[in-house]
Amino acid sequence: MSTTNGTTTASVKVDFSSDQEVRWCPGCGDYSILKQVQTLLEQSGKKKEEVVFISGIGCSSRFPYYLDTYGLHSIHGRAPAIVSGLRSVRPDLSVWMITGDGDALSIGGNHIIHLLRRNVDVNVLLFNNEIYGLTKGQYSPTSPEGAVTRSTPMGSTDHPFNPLALVKGADGTFIARSMDRDPKHMREVLARADAHRGTSLVEIYQNCNVFNDGAFETFTEKATKPIHSLFVEHGKPLVYANGTKGICLKDMRPRVIDIGPEFSANDCWVHDERDAFKASLLVRLFDDPRMEGGFPRPFGVFYVNERATHEAKMTAQVKAARERKGEGDLDALLKGEHTWTIV
Amino acid sequence: MDIPTRTKTVQERRNVVILFAGDSGDGIQLTGAQFTDTNALFGNDVSTFPNFPAEIRAPQGTLAGVSGFQLHFGSVEIFTPGDLCDVLVVMNAAALKANLSKLKQGGTIIANTDGFDKKNLRLAGYIDQADPLTDGTLAAYTLHSVDVTKMTRNALEGTTLGMKEKDRCKNMFVLGFINWMFSRDLANSERFLQQKFGKKAELLDANLRALKAGYHYGDTSETFTTRFEVKPAPMPKGTYRSITGNQGTALGLLAGAQKAKLDLFYGSYPITPASDILHELSRHKNFGVLTFQAEDEIAAIASAIGASYGGALGVTASSGPGIALKTEAMGLAFMLELPLVIVNVQRGGPSTGLPTKTEQADLWQAVHGRNGEAPIPVIAASTPIDCFDMAFEAVQIAVEHMTPVILLTDGYIANGAEPWRFPASKDLPAITPNFIKGPNDGEAFLPYLRDERSVRPWALPGQPGLQHRIGGIEKQDRTGNISYDPANHEKMVRLRAEKVARIADRFKPIRLDTGPPEGELLIVGWGSTYGAIRTAALALQAEGHSVAHVHLRHLFPFNKGLGPLLKKYKRVLVPEMNSGQLRQLLRAEFLVDAQGLNKIQGMPFTSEEIHAAALNLLKS
Repeated sequence: MSTTNGTTTASVKVDFSSDQEVRWCPGCGDYSILKQVQTLLEQSGKKKEEVVFISGIGCSSRFPYYLDTYGLHSIHGRAPAIVSGLRSVRPDLSVWMITGDGDALSIGGNHIIHLLRRNVDVNVLLFNNEIYGLTKGQYSPTSPEGAVTRSTPMGSTDHPFNPLALVKGADGTFIARSMDRDPKHMREVLARADAHRGTSLVEIYQNCNVFNDGAFETFTEKATKPIHSLFVEHGKPLVYANGTKGICLKDMRPRVIDIGPEFSANDCWVHDERDAFKASLLVRLFDDPRMEGGFPRPFGVFYVNERATHEAKMTAQVKAARERKGEGDLDALLKGEHTWTIV
Repeated sequence: MDIPTRTKTVQERRNVVILFAGDSGDGIQLTGAQFTDTNALFGNDVSTFPNFPAEIRAPQGTLAGVSGFQLHFGSVEIFTPGDLCDVLVVMNAAALKANLSKLKQGGTIIANTDGFDKKNLRLAGYIDQADPLTDGTLAAYTLHSVDVTKMTRNALEGTTLGMKEKDRCKNMFVLGFINWMFSRDLANSERFLQQKFGKKAELLDANLRALKAGYHYGDTSETFTTRFEVKPAPMPKGTYRSITGNQGTALGLLAGAQKAKLDLFYGSYPITPASDILHELSRHKNFGVLTFQAEDEIAAIASAIGASYGGALGVTASSGPGIALKTEAMGLAFMLELPLVIVNVQRGGPSTGLPTKTEQADLWQAVHGRNGEAPIPVIAASTPIDCFDMAFEAVQIAVEHMTPVILLTDGYIANGAEPWRFPASKDLPAITPNFIKGPNDGEAFLPYLRDERSVRPWALPGQPGLQHRIGGIEKQDRTGNISYDPANHEKMVRLRAEKVARIADRFKPIRLDTGPPEGELLIVGWGSTYGAIRTAALALQAEGHSVAHVHLRHLFPFNKGLGPLLKKYKRVLVPEMNSGQLRQLLRAEFLVDAQGLNKIQGMPFTSEEIHAAALNLLKS
């Protein structure tokens, strides 16, 4: 029985939903993400038994219970380390990590950067709702400065993280952003993340309708979305606002231009997922949407790099050691290098 | 010119304790280890105690920078590195000042005179820079002043080495001399140098020259009229190697993984004195060993949990402060009921404490140190060899009972070495993982359905039909689904505790290490105090006292025979390098009036200390 809010289509053969009742608040953005992940898994042709979901702590981290795959709901912030160990010994599995802004960027901040630099093969879904939900409404490391929350009645004094700039700084090999309110976009981005070998990190703007309702509505709602959201595609110019605005690069500095008599789409910066330097600029388009004349917030796949995964390098060392020294011989090991005999 | 006489007398000794001491850059550890190796190869029983400062190169010439290596070797069975030494070799004034109290009355001092110049005397804190080598204060000892620096330089005259490099060969001069003094030939040391410097001909030549110069100095100098000889010990027949505790732990883990047919995943973060386990394991990747130097202690254990979840043997090791950081993840591993071995190579605490000194003060941390009721089996090794046996047993318990296991060792046995009559792999028992291949409840799979030992199955990802979700949240009995039901919680807490308690069913009957099955006094020890307690107990028995010694390997759960055993003696003495942690556990569990002997100085007990305390208690 499926009790998630997902519906399955007739063509789908495998149902990835578990028999557990989903216990997120009604209206939570998590439902949308769960549904897209289930759909993606069902359409991917993966077998349930080869999929593993690892999570930390937080609302999002309940995710594994709602999928009929292998799942491990661990402790706060440590999912990246658990994933690293699992991946080292099981390169055959499809491993997904579910985390949030508090789990990944506050208590687990150290682990996430090391996961990224090592490039462990895992799909990381970072549900960003700019608030602590499960502990009932304290500011998070992505809450904007001045955010009034239960723990900051006079406004937050902390400068927030720009999550994807942090990911880029840690040399992440797949960097993308999507939103709960755009299921089609999310599914496409998740499919790309799944196809990537290495740490695929997808930041998903997720609305917490109880403690931080509307945090991303400027980017997600019909009226403002075209002006404030920029959807990037590989090989296509950075154009938004229904084709009336674009971003060009002049002296390696991005600028907003009006497309019309003076500039055309041909003058715009053409998105290249493989360009590490341009990706660094793209993740820095992070203006407060309340600011006049700021940059739109980009969505899509920003960067892809195919360097070797950590587990592949570990496995290669084991193979090389076996080639060089032969399969381990326990008796030779116990004997060591120097022995003497007493007769 | 007089031709030096080569007729020297040879005195036989049953056992000798020698302490090498100098600046931490003087190569003291290497000299000590080499001389140990030579004696072990010769057939002596040996026991060693390296003692070094926390700083890699503390200020030269100061007391803080003194590094020591104590070796006890004999033609008789040896249990400890020795209480006081017969021979003290000092490379400078600070080394003498720091160690003179460890020299027996009338013992021999071999001093490098170059290390007693004005500067060294001042740095060592000799008042008015009075030179103890010349002012008569050492009259109670046999003093040999040797200008090691000058003679090493002389021996290396003509080489192209710079003065600094020449001076680095001083320790080989000392090693050569000591080899002469104890009637050992140089073959083993020469072989070692050839291996170490084989490709660097110039350094090899210089070290060999210094080594031989030291040997010939003993032979030709008129100052030395007596050599000593320590005959081989009556060791059981067989083939031996030398092993340190950390090596033993690494090999025990690896042997366990092999016997369980599991890959070994070792997640660790560098920390003194546990890092050598990582160094050792990282050399054996051809056994399918994966070593992961994690970003921190938490990631080290969490990665090991991930590996165990995937079907490998997850292991992590650290020392006190690192273990503290792993605490939350230990609770997770306990809840998940997955195999995991956690090694704590204890050091002086609390907090950063005494990183290079030894202590047994993490017992309570191991037994009690988690939130909620999370009993984890705790076992402890008593000697470097025992580190192998207990690490192997840790793997057995973890894999066969689906539980994290804590193995306690400490800096004293981790770095100490002894001869090991190593086992053959065929003599090690097979270890059987509790794998499950299909549904266990009709068509369904219940991840927390327990067997008759209360052990749950190990269901590896990748197997169809066994998909399941587990986590740190309280779970329903059998299904493992999240449950906040009050009665279920109590049931689960009791079930998990029962599972761990039942591990005691597998222990062999408790065995006295020495002494009568009942009597006046039972000395109860655990961990690295083994040698000192055994030496004291044997001496007390020889003096006619009714004294027995039992050394506990299983600290949680206790061996079922321990309670009845404790009741068979009028008095119970518990020597520990802490304020009485085992004593309190024994009192709580068995209502026994155990008395403590507690030393909290970062240094092991001497057997004399235990002997005296036991006598006092016997007289009371």
